[in-house]
Amino acid sequence: MTIPNLVGAGLIVIGAGIGLGQIGGRAMEGIARQPEATGKIQTAMIIIAALLEGLAFGALFLGK
Amino acid sequence: MIMPIFAEILTKGPLLKGAQMKSRNQFLKSLFFSLALAFSSASLWANDPVTSKEPSHEDSADQSVSTEEQISEYIAHHIKDAHDFHLFSYNDASGHRKHIGFPLPVIVYTSQGFRFFMSSEFHHDDSGHQVVERDGVSLVKYHEKIYELNAGEHAVSFDEAHHPTNAHEVLDLSITKSVFGFLLVSLLMLIAFRSLANQYKKRAVPTGFGRVLEPLVLYVRDEIARPNIGEKHYKRFTGFLLTVFFFIWTSNLLGLTPLGFNITGQLAVTFSLALFTYLITQFSGNKEYWKHIFWMPGVPAPMKVILAPIELLGTLTKPFSLMIRLFANISAGHIVVMSLISIAIIMKSSMGAVGATALSFALSFFLTLIELLVAFLQAYIFTMLSALFIGMAVQEHDHH
Repeated sequence: MTIPNLVGAGLIVIGAGIGLGQIGGRAMEGIARQPEATGKIQTAMIIIAALLEGLAFGALFLGK
Repeated sequence: MIMPIFAEILTKGPLLKGAQMKSRNQFLKSLFFSLALAFSSASLWANDPVTSKEPSHEDSADQSVSTEEQISEYIAHHIKDAHDFHLFSYNDASGHRKHIGFPLPVIVYTSQGFRFFMSSEFHHDDSGHQVVERDGVSLVKYHEKIYELNAGEHAVSFDEAHHPTNAHEVLDLSITKSVFGFLLVSLLMLIAFRSLANQYKKRAVPTGFGRVLEPLVLYVRDEIARPNIGEKHYKRFTGFLLTVFFFIWTSNLLGLTPLGFNITGQLAVTFSLALFTYLITQFSGNKEYWKHIFWMPGVPAPMKVILAPIELLGTLTKPFSLMIRLFANISAGHIVVMSLISIAIIMKSSMGAVGATALSFALSFFLTLIELLVAFLQAYIFTMLSALFIGMAVQEHDHH
């Protein structure tokens, strides 16, 4: 595992972390404002999280 | 999403009285936890004294794994496809290596036609030494790839990068482990859904395992197909969406068992699934869809010419991302779980065998629980995005 590989992997994880944190945070705010919409917000949150994870994993695999 | 469905199944079953229902629910909960425990207990065998002996010969296919390179080779071997179904190996009392598993048929199209044989003819050799002769064609297997020796050669020779120099590849159509796996999945799905469909001839509400399947089928139809495709066309595509959903979910779950399947973690499998989605969207696109790709309305003419190839490429990137997402999620999950299991071997010297195994078991147990969620989630995401793309292809626009 060379240094550029490690730095790239770290950047990917940072990007994924920021993205998921944003999704989670906004989802929490939405649930806090309207508890009756929890189901829909959760579903949308999980969908977007899966899309983002797909991107992160794809980048990890392409860069090995 | 899934928990309310299961809760409904468990609680609104046949009208049981209070105490019977409580004991049945307790039974089901304990069954679930014991299954989850069983699936994740592979780490307990990692420090078995037999499997961690030093290897006595350089046979890469069945070495005992004890060092880091051997472990990464072992993990890579699990991720890749294999021509035989190899459950595990052990050294018996006299030191011989015993393999538990069964060979699978090899079907190759060589330069002189089809050849069939069982992979046991390779005698567990993966380094290109064992030559199989079949009607004038000599075949060797190197790292699970089958090569045909050029005419007149008797042994394969490698260059520095370990590529064979005097052999070429053949079209390999064998029944490999993953092919066997998804044939098994298809059989399970056929049995389960056939019996569910037959139940509707006799009664309105299914019994038995159909009770679990029916809400899931209705969920796919009412929450995935109908909202995304629209009331007018959803019936045409519900069959495909249901098949894809249950195939991916069952294959992911099979990959979590100790049997060593890795069906959806193969790029070829996810490529085929994404190809189906792509073909279905393209062949059911209506005039509006193609117009939006090639001649987007509401945009000046020079831009339309520029946009056309970009839009055409866009139709390709969406199934491509479907393929990569499923493949990467599942194979990354397998690699991480196996790496956590191998912590038991690597940390044996620093933490002691018991401590290392306990740590590895705890980590891999929790990760397997997450992988159970990922199995369902990836199936749901693939199905939902396929429904979305199909919906975009068949939707009828009301003009501005």
